Order: sequence, then structure tokens, then C-alpha cells
Amino acid sequence: MMKKFSPVIEWFTLLFCTGTVLLFLIAILWDLISRGWSSLSWEFITALPSDGMTKGGILPAITGTVILTLLTALLAVPLGISCAIYLNEYAKDGWLTRLIRASIRNLSGVPSIIYGLFGLALFVQGFRMGTSMLAAGFTLGLLSLPYIISTTEEALRRIPASTREAALGVGATQFESIRDVVLPSALPGILTGIVLTLSRAAGETAPILFTGVAFYINGSSGYLNQEFMALPYHLYMLSTQHQAIEQVRPLAYGTALVLVMVVFLLNLTAFYIRYKYRNNE
Amino acid sequence: MSEEIIKLSAQGINLWFGNKQVLKNVSVTFPERKVTALIGPSGCGKSTLLRCFNRMHDLSPDARIEGKFMLENQDLYDKKVSVTQVRKRVGMVFQKANPFPKGIYENINYGLKINDVPSKERPGIIEQALKESYLWEEVKDDLKKPATRMSGGQQQRLCIARTVALRPEVILMDEPCSALDPISTRKVEELIVQLKEQYTIVIVTHNMQQAQRVADKTIFMYLGEVVEEGNTNDIFNNPVKELTKNYVSGHFG
Repeated sequence: MMKKFSPVIEWFTLLFCTGTVLLFLIAILWDLISRGWSSLSWEFITALPSDGMTKGGILPAITGTVILTLLTALLAVPLGISCAIYLNEYAKDGWLTRLIRASIRNLSGVPSIIYGLFGLALFVQGFRMGTSMLAAGFTLGLLSLPYIISTTEEALRRIPASTREAALGVGATQFESIRDVVLPSALPGILTGIVLTLSRAAGETAPILFTGVAFYINGSSGYLNQEFMALPYHLYMLSTQHQAIEQVRPLAYGTALVLVMVVFLLNLTAFYIRYKYRNNE
Repeated sequence: MSEEIIKLSAQGINLWFGNKQVLKNVSVTFPERKVTALIGPSGCGKSTLLRCFNRMHDLSPDARIEGKFMLENQDLYDKKVSVTQVRKRVGMVFQKANPFPKGIYENINYGLKINDVPSKERPGIIEQALKESYLWEEVKDDLKKPATRMSGGQQQRLCIARTVALRPEVILMDEPCSALDPISTRKVEELIVQLKEQYTIVIVTHNMQQAQRVADKTIFMYLGEVVEEGNTNDIFNNPVKELTKNYVSGHFG
């Protein structure tokens, strides 16, 4: 009797769990869209804020977040991939390598506000960058590094030894085999890790709080040596710190919706690259 | 086996992975332009021995090798010889077909490119290699097709084409048919017999019939040691040692 029903129960339990997760996702999206849709307009994404944030758009926050994310990627992606290649392909499996790997794992568990304080001490004050886009980008870059290293290493580890040997067998050096065969094979996995990490970085508030973000700046956002506006911080200010909270609530929902869309676009880009790559394979 | 030229040889080989000794005082010779089969039960060290000849253990930090490997008069482990030079002269075909994640043409082109073959010579060499591997007629209309979408047998023949394109002197084959169906296996075996006119071939195999079909010489290994070597015919029909007799007649393995 049990044997007969257990597949049904297993199937139902798993379906139920998946459904629950999906339900939350749909609830959040529905909440955001239903309340934020009305404030979305061409003006909202192309104009500067006006009248003490109660009117106008959020263009500086959008450009700020996009440039900040690009800067983060520019710092964390090459460094993270190189580090993962070293750890997975070159480093001998000794105590030092294990220590480095364990430290990287621990770093990814450090709360993001600690990165913010570290960035304030090192980049803003130590390197005299001031509160600026550059300091915030470096801080977010540091925050993203451990994730990129771990996911890249994981992707490299999944490439079987026979793939490496194929290149070595025709006379490639170890570096050539990694550059021409191993990395391209691991690219989909690496890209997924990068996009997830950058999506998280784009939504971070704590690390940029002390290092460069501003509630309001006059004019455009995006100079490396100046303070900038960013979507998550803008959302935080509009929903908790503004003097006319009820009045700006639709704008806050609009901002949240735009942030989600920026992250979605980022994911879509990676999806497209993976798709194109798979077709070329 | 007289009047044969020794192309490749190993003398007094001991090999350890960590503390485990995998090869024990192994000495073998491989005659030029012949097929030599390495047989023996799983774990006897035949693949390990094969991989020594193109220095595939170089990147395993826990492998320790003693002894001399010679390709004609060249010591393969000489400090002055680069590993890529060795691999150009001693090509390898692996157990599981492992084409690059690229198109058919690019799969062969890659080896030529990294070995600095001038680009205007490459199309001819690639066509020639595909013809030698009896693949040309099957693929000539779509050389851009991803190699991963070919059949298993075609993939393995592409791997052989990729190896012969570099004009090696020796081709090592590590159970090249173990993942193939009987028809593909037959095609690869016919190819091996053709290739020995130009190349010295060493093949590791678990398949007794295969060894008898393709090999001129057979070496039987057991627990990291060479038990018996000789003419394939003698090894299978007239073995000297009791152990060899039991193995080739299927009593263990």
C-alpha cells in the first residue's frame, strides 16, 4: 500500500514546495507592479527629481546604479576569474591553498555593512578617494570578489580532466589549454555566477552608504570622483526618511520596480550571451 | 621479432602516486610502424604506463617517475626537451572521445594553430587528416558543424584526425573503442590497421579480440609489472607463463 502511494506523496510534497516559493515571488512582483506601475513614465526614467523629490524622475539614480555596477564588474570580474583559475588550475592542494579557499568562503559570509566600514577606512580615507563613485565601486568590487571566485572555481571544477587533456594532447601549454578550451567550456557557469553576484551588488545599500552614495545631487550622476545617487538608497530614503512619506510612496514603488527591471535586464543580457554561445559551440 | 627498429622504449620504470607504487621495474619496447597492444586487468598500470610516453603525468603533483623513456635517441624527460615538443611527436587518443567544443574544422585547426603551422597550409592538412581518418566523405559538406553533435564513433575518429594532422611519429591510444558500438569499433580498428603504415601505434585495450585483430605485438601486464611480451599470436595461442594463459583465456580480468 505504502509503496503505491509514496511516489504521489513525494511528487506532491516537491510540487507544494516549488509552488510556495513561486507564490512569494509572484506576490512580491504583483505588489511592486500594482503599486509602482502608475508612477512609471518616460519622464520618471529620464528626468531629474524636482520639488524635494515629490515630483520628477529618478534618472540620476538609474545612471548611478548602472555605472556603479559596471565599475564593480570591471574590478571584480577579471580579478575574481584570475584568482579562481589560480586556485583551481595551478595551486597545489596544500594547507596554504586550503587556507586561502576557506578565507574566501568566510569573506562571502561577512555582512555587507562591514564592507562599507572597511571601504570608508581604506578607500575613502586611506587612499583619499573621498566619498565618491570610485570608492563605492571598489567597496562593492571587494564585496563581490568572493562570490565570483567561488562560482568560477565551481564552474572550472565541473570541466572534466579529459577536456584539458584534449588540448594538452595536441601540444597546448597549460595556459593555452585553460584559455582556449577550459574557460570557454566553463563560460556559461561563470556568467551565471557573475550575473547573480552583480545583481546582488546592484541592490546593496550598506556598502555604499558611507563610501559615496548621496540622497540628492544636483545635475547628473556618474562622475567617478563625485558622490552619486543609486536606486536602492533612493528607495530607502523615499520609504523611511522623507518628510512627506505618504506623498512619495508611489515614487518609492516606482523606484523599486525600476531596480528590479535593471536587475532583470542584467539577467537577460547574460541569458542572451549564453544562448548565443551555445549556438556557436 | 628480429630485424625490427625500436621506435619507443621504456627502461626500468618505477612510478608512484603518493605512496602507492603503480609501476614496478617496467621495461618495454615498441617496434616502428607496428601496432602494440597493452593488455591486462583493470588497475594493472597499462594506462598509467601509456600516459608516461607523452608526459601526461606532468601536471599530477603526486606522481613520481623513475627510469628512462626513449623516442629513438631522444630522452623524453630530458630537461632540455619541452613537453609540447614531446606531445607533438607523441600524439594521444583518449578513452572517451573528447573533441573541443568547436566545429569539426576548428577541432583540427586548433592543434595546427598552436603549433605554428602557417595558415595557408592548414586547409590542405585538415582535408588530408580527415581523409586519412575516413571521415571526409561523412563531414565534408558541413565542416562547421559542432563536433559535439557528431556520433560517438565519428567523434573518436575526429580525435584521431586531430592527432594525425600534427604528423606525430607515435600515436598512443587509451582504450579508444571502449565507449563505441560494434560498428564504430570496427571502423576505428580498420583505421588503426591503416595508420600503422605511417605511425607507430600503442593501444591499451580490454578487448582480447581487438588486440588479436589489430596488434602485431602484445604486452601483458599484471599488478604494475610486465608479465609477458611477444608476438600477438604467441601471447594468445602459445603463452609461456601460466598467468598469461589464464588471462587471455578469460579466467580472470
